[in-house]
Amino acid sequence: MPELATRTQPDAVVNTPAWQATFPDELADEAIYILRETAAQFERPAILFSGGKDSIVVTRLAVKAFAPARVPFPLLHIDTGHNFAETIAFRDHLVKSLDLKLIVRYVQDSIDAGRVREESGKYASRNILQTTTLLDAIEELKLDACIGGARRDEEKARAKERLFSVRNEFGQWDASRQRPELFDMLNGRISPGEHVRIFPISNWTELDVWNFIRQQRIDLPSIYFAHERAVFKRDGLLWADSPFIHKTPDEQPYRARVRFRTVGDMTCTAAVLSDAVTLDTVIDEIRRAEISERGARIDDKRSESAMESRKRDGYF
Amino acid sequence: MDILRIATAGSVDDGKSTLIGRLLYETRSVTQDKLDAIDAASKRRGADVLDLSLLTDGLIAEREQGITIDVAHVFFQTATRKYIIADTPGHFEYTRNMVTGASTAAASIILIDARNGLVEQTHRHFFIASLLRIPTVIVCVNKMDLVDYSQARFDAIVAEFKALAAQVQIAGQAITFIPASSLHGENITRGSAHMPWYAGPTLLVALEKIDAVPQRHLAARLQVQSVIRPRIHNRPDLHDYRALAGRISSGVFSVGDAVIVLPNQRNSRITAIEHFGQRVERAQAGQSVSLHLADDIDISRGALVAPADQPPALRKEFVARVCWLDHQALSAGRTLQLQHGVHRTRAKVQALHSVIDVVTLNSSDNPPQINLNEIGDVSLKLAQPIYADAYEANPANGAFILIDELTNVTAGVGFIAAAG
Repeated sequence: MPELATRTQPDAVVNTPAWQATFPDELADEAIYILRETAAQFERPAILFSGGKDSIVVTRLAVKAFAPARVPFPLLHIDTGHNFAETIAFRDHLVKSLDLKLIVRYVQDSIDAGRVREESGKYASRNILQTTTLLDAIEELKLDACIGGARRDEEKARAKERLFSVRNEFGQWDASRQRPELFDMLNGRISPGEHVRIFPISNWTELDVWNFIRQQRIDLPSIYFAHERAVFKRDGLLWADSPFIHKTPDEQPYRARVRFRTVGDMTCTAAVLSDAVTLDTVIDEIRRAEISERGARIDDKRSESAMESRKRDGYF
Repeated sequence: MDILRIATAGSVDDGKSTLIGRLLYETRSVTQDKLDAIDAASKRRGADVLDLSLLTDGLIAEREQGITIDVAHVFFQTATRKYIIADTPGHFEYTRNMVTGASTAAASIILIDARNGLVEQTHRHFFIASLLRIPTVIVCVNKMDLVDYSQARFDAIVAEFKALAAQVQIAGQAITFIPASSLHGENITRGSAHMPWYAGPTLLVALEKIDAVPQRHLAARLQVQSVIRPRIHNRPDLHDYRALAGRISSGVFSVGDAVIVLPNQRNSRITAIEHFGQRVERAQAGQSVSLHLADDIDISRGALVAPADQPPALRKEFVARVCWLDHQALSAGRTLQLQHGVHRTRAKVQALHSVIDVVTLNSSDNPPQINLNEIGDVSLKLAQPIYADAYEANPANGAFILIDELTNVTAGVGFIAAAG
């Protein structure tokens, strides 16, 4: 790394130890406001549920927003078929315990119907194929709003995303034609065929999500915590060994103690070495983390502008 | 922990992205892999220092043009506060983004290049900060390293800015001037050995002192987003449950408060407040709550709850200052959807009174239209009345947006005039 013009440590800023950091409640107030607007302004919204912590937090916020009434929209899970078993078990438990409605659409069905073709080679993944299954589901279910757990801190293209983000008939995002959002007034008016992607936790960081999970004692899939599993090394990242990944002969799996910082499907989520088995220790690790959350997402590594390109095509 | 929302504005090349990058870097809000990525990108471009501006310059089009083209939201955090920066571009054609980014801000940072002094954009930024009544403005005189850290240069810029401010500054608005070098990290989070003549706060210290929720001191207002009425057949205990869901936009509501519900014009009393599913005695601006009232009033979405003795005025025809955000110009006679908080009604533009040049402050009367990025005064007539405050008395309940009924885009933002 080149020498910085000035590289001394700041003295006006005190780094709070993780166990002292608190959650800014206003973030939850904002998310609840957005979820209530979604229910009021749209006829058929759904929560895009991945089984990851962000969509779990959005679901929990929806429960709070409408309690003691039921959450007025279903969860929609686009299933790549390459899931962590723990995620699916958790999803089904969550739906049952919170009395939610779940809709699942399968990438395998899109492949069988000839809508998309399976990728081949070492990096084959169904991550991109999900977009077609998702857009087909939106059309089939006539969804006019899809609530997602994306956050502006994840990636530069996300930093420009609106809270209510209008997608055209092809599900595409056009960064240069976004509606301005003034004060907290949300304009969800759309024409037939269009839909809106809604991001209630846009202004949260990864640490905010974890602090909220701790504050609210929210259950998560076990893979977020340290556990032993078979992994192998590729491109400097740890991949979970699974039948869905084509390993080369030199990629020999071995047992390691790891956890996952994000949960996509098994072909696009890398593990980190960890001993953190409690929320406090996970949060402590994140505070010190050298690698940002999306750094463990293999899907973003394809090119410098990978996320923006995928968003334009209708990705989550 | 609270949240302070800041708007940043600056002209091309005055170092805004570097300033934000510096704040992120020195509050340790950037992870090592992101630093490595911008390090590699800096080297590819032939830079010999870490180019902190790359932390926020995001989109493909921006990288091609080397400029920022839209509002980006950037976060950093200190021990006591989370900061949300709405980073808005400084070009003439993007006034709409500046207004958008500044609309939620409790503070505005205006950057001035110490070599250039005040430029046209400086006038525009300060006018918008005043139009939006942002309580705190921090004028950051950047690139002091390029003027030999000259106190005389800084003083001259401060004097020039004060002369500009005298024309449009709103009552109670605080302006702080800070000489800085974001490239070298001077007076951003740390002091500067090169400017012993400056005794004021660093940028971060100034930010830490700002009131993050100034609207809590105003009269209480809550617009009803929906009425929560559980219909769960196996929960007879919830049969009579009925609460008003909404976010308090200003002031404080307490259990026992006498309130009026508008447009019903019905008086009642708050019997309970729920926040995140917990019963609380009081709740303040910014909080999403469920209110329970003593009386069974037929309330629907868009109704407004206010203290019985401090209700907002009924407005059906009024004058407002409008900033136009759409390519299709605003003309008299046009009808649009007006959205005040969560409540929508149809509005007709009765007359265009003036359009204001935000640089010279000259006003032209009776313009034929108000174009994209222009600001003017108009008369509106509504299909149904709204219960709104003048923007200067209560910003959260005194602003509205205008929506094009054909394209559905948010075409304008308005601020209700005091004498409306």
